[in-house]
This record gives sequence, structure tokens and C-alpha cells, in this order.
Amino acid sequence: MKRWAIPAVVLLAVAPFASASQFLVNLALLTAFSALLGQSWNISGGFGGLTSFGHAAFFGLGAYAGAILQTRFGLNPWLALPVAVCLGAAAGAAIGWAAFRAGLRGSYFALVTLAVAEALRILANSLEITKGGLGILIPLRPGLANFQFLDRRAMYAVVLVLLGAAIGVTAWLARSRFGARLIAVRENEDAAAALGVNLVRTKVAALALSGAIAAPAGVVYAQSYLYVDPSIAFGVERSVEMLLVAMIGGAGTIWGPVLGAVVLHAIDDTTRVFINTPGFAPMLYGGVLLAIIAFLPNGIAGLRARFARA
Amino acid sequence: MLEVHDLSKSFGGLRAVKGVSFDVPAGSITALIGPNGAGKTTTFAMAAGFIPPDDGRVRFRDTDVTGWRPDRIAALGMVRTFQITQPFAGLSVMENIRVGAFLRTADRRDAEAAARDVGTRLGLGPLLDRPASALTVAGRKRLEVARALATAPALLLLDEVMAGLNPVEINEIVTLIRAVRDGGVTILLIEHVMQAVSALAEHVHVLAEGELIASGPPKAIAADARVIEAYLGRGAAERMARHA
Repeated sequence: MKRWAIPAVVLLAVAPFASASQFLVNLALLTAFSALLGQSWNISGGFGGLTSFGHAAFFGLGAYAGAILQTRFGLNPWLALPVAVCLGAAAGAAIGWAAFRAGLRGSYFALVTLAVAEALRILANSLEITKGGLGILIPLRPGLANFQFLDRRAMYAVVLVLLGAAIGVTAWLARSRFGARLIAVRENEDAAAALGVNLVRTKVAALALSGAIAAPAGVVYAQSYLYVDPSIAFGVERSVEMLLVAMIGGAGTIWGPVLGAVVLHAIDDTTRVFINTPGFAPMLYGGVLLAIIAFLPNGIAGLRARFARA
Repeated sequence: MLEVHDLSKSFGGLRAVKGVSFDVPAGSITALIGPNGAGKTTTFAMAAGFIPPDDGRVRFRDTDVTGWRPDRIAALGMVRTFQITQPFAGLSVMENIRVGAFLRTADRRDAEAAARDVGTRLGLGPLLDRPASALTVAGRKRLEVARALATAPALLLLDEVMAGLNPVEINEIVTLIRAVRDGGVTILLIEHVMQAVSALAEHVHVLAEGELIASGPPKAIAADARVIEAYLGRGAAERMARHA
């Protein structure tokens, strides 16, 4: 990334704080939120090549954990954040351990993740603790101590901090031995194993790290809208958005998800002005995904390499 | 260094390797040769932990490593290369080698320095920052060796590193393999190019149809009737003797 780019990004990220427009702040919040979720997907899917269609599982677990812990057990929602980090990591490790020990790769792994997210959605629909299809309402009690804000800018700040942390983790990943091994596993499993890389451990760790980032985002979602239901938490649309954001920007790059989130929300919100049919968003996502695969397999970040070669 | 004892492997009804035993003495260059389909690569894959043997034991550095995962075997110091080269295509040559170097250090700068050093020694110096996918066949074979060497192995298993190379390139890699051995690394190599093996190896084991049919120094092997028949077909040794 160019030297001027980082201050530019920071400036763009901070600009909404100066604005009184709730629309602008909301757009910035949603974009940063997508970037955060995309970064989670990017760590396992982009760097590790572990293509998941069910990353909403981690997001949803975090959202439900936050909602249930405070409505049933009176836990402070701020404390739900670290709980979600642990829960997301544990879920990632468990799914990864089961799938990778069995040697599942590629589309088989993608199907397993899809199935896990769907199973969780059905479970949330039928269990008593999740209040089934009704969903969980979090009582309105605005205040810093309750992690509920009337001004959207406060929540935006929280998301920015989490996004900053996620980008920091990814930047570390790109420079560390663990990251180098993860990329090696993505590129060629046999060669990586021959050079002493423990395949299962590396992939499980990547998925756990990814889960640890997506789950606290779920808590933030629950605190923003004070409502969680099975399709919001575990819906396929969320999973697709996560992988789309990473793939548009450039999977396996540090800034790809941020770039992807900005572009996707720019497209999404412009078209929404003209077409406001329910169910249009998934159609749009499908179209964008096809276009990316066909024309920009390495995302927008891959464009630079293409120009450099030309 | 390496003791393979009574190793067997079947794929479905095909008995690919039948009770193969041999030793690789420390500090030696040992060759495993044989016609295509003789079970060489399968034997290799079993030794390095990529395929679990149906029967038999593999001892490496006085440790029974039978059934170990490849990464554990690599950590103990036995590293293989692949006949069909398996570069990390999206990475640079240096980054490829660095994956190997990371086995011995967690520090990125140390690993990179080690990778550049090994790469330069193997003649990949000017190509270190090029994408691995841009390498020629000979370059990829070198990269295979470089990556494996970067793990600081005690025993290097080379799977047909000379296949597909021209005579000049073969000469270069023969020199290179000697230098690696003189640096203290024991070498077991698979080849079916007899000529290259005679120039290089001190001990030769011959596999044919999954069985070990001969062992000895290269000269004796080249004259062995069973070996000639395995390569050229039944009766070939007799015909050659008649023509001589």
C-alpha cells in the first residue's frame, strides 16, 4: 500500500464523526461492519484458502451469546465481547478440527460450513433459550455502561476499533511464520507438509482466529439493533456478504476487505435508491460475485499487479 | 541413517511394493532405481510419511517413524522433494524457500536470510524475487531442492530431480547434489536415468515390479543380468552377451 493511502483511509474513516447526517454515519457504520466481517473471512478464506459458505455461524453465535447472556444472566454486554471472542475461536477450532481431520477440502469444506450455519439457524429456530423464531429482544437501556448508544457515531467508533484490531491481526499474519505457513497450505498442501507444516493444526488455528473476529461483531450487531433472530444471525446472505467483501477487494490481502466493503456498499446503496424490492440484495450479490470471478479473480487489489505487468 | 524394513503397499488389487528392505548409510549418496511403475515413488512416499505402509517399518535416526505424519518426519530431518514439482505458485522463489526455512526458526528475518542463502547456493540468486510460476523446468527442480534444503535436513529424498532436464542441466544438478552431500546431508535419490546414477551414487538399489531385485555399487548393478532384464525385457541380458 502506498504511503499516502493509509492517512487517506484513516481520514475517510474519521470523516463521519464530523457529520450530523445519520444517513452518512449509518452508511459508514455498515461499511466498516462489512469490512470487519470480511476481514474475518479473509483470514481463513483468503490467506488460508479455506473457502467457507457459512461464516455467519461465527457471527450468529456471537450475536446470540451477547443477547442471551445479558437478557437471561444479566451479564454486562461489554463483557459479552471477550466471551464472544472465546466462543468464536472455540467454534472455529471445533468445526476446523472435525472437517480437516477428516481431510475435507475445497467444495466439501464449503458445504460443511454451509451445513453448520444452517444447522445453527434451525437450532436457533426451535430452541427455547433462543426464543425460537420470535428472536430475542434486548430491552432498550441506552448508556455507555450498557453498550447501547442513541448516537450512531458511538457504535461506529466501536466498530472502527474492532476493525482496526482485525486489520492489525491480519498485518501480523502477513508477516509471521504462521501466516507464511497458512499461505503455503493454501498454495499446495503436499509441499507444505513435506516442509514440516502441520496441516491440520495450521488450518484449525486459522479458522479459530477467523471465528474469534466474527463472533464479537455479532455482539456489536445485537447491541446496535437490540434484536436477534435466526435468519439475521445465521442467514446465508450474511455468509455470502462476508466472502463477497473479501473477494471483491482481494482475498489474501490486508486491505482487500476494506476496499471490498466500500465498493459493495457503494453499489448496494446506489442501486437501492432505484430498486427497492425485497430480495434484490442477494440477486445483486450473486451478480457481483459472478462478475468478480469472471473478470477480477484476484479482486480489486489484484488490478494493481495486472497493471504493473502490462 | 535410514532403515527400511520389509515395506509393503497395495492399491486395490495392485501390490505396488512387496517387502522392500534397504539401508541408507549416513553421509552416502544412495540411489533407488527401476523402470517406470516399479514402486520407487511409493517407497519414497511411505518413508516420508505421505502414504501409510500396509506392512513393514521405517527407522530414521534410530527412531521408528512408521506411520508418522510428514511434518513430524520433516522436523526430525527427513525431507522429500516431488517428481512432479509442487511450487507454491503464487509466491516468489524466496518465499517458497522461506517456508522450508521456517521449520528451524520463527523469526522472519532469519528465515529470509537463510532462504536467500540457500537459493543463491543453488544458483537461483537472480531469480529469488521472481514469481515461482515463472521458473523453467530446471529452475523448478532446483527450487524443489532448495526448499527442502532450507529445512536443514539430515536426509534428503530426491524424487527424479534429473527427469526432463537436458545433459547440461543434468551435469549442473549432479555437481549440486555432490556439493549438498559434501555439506553433510545424506542423500537418497530416485532415478530411472541409469547414467546419471552411476556418476553419482555409491549404493544402488534396484526395484522392479515392487520388489528389490539387486543392491550394490553402480558398476556391479549395471552388469547384473536381472537388472538388464528388468529394464529391457526378458532375454535381453542373454542377447546383449551374445552381441558383445
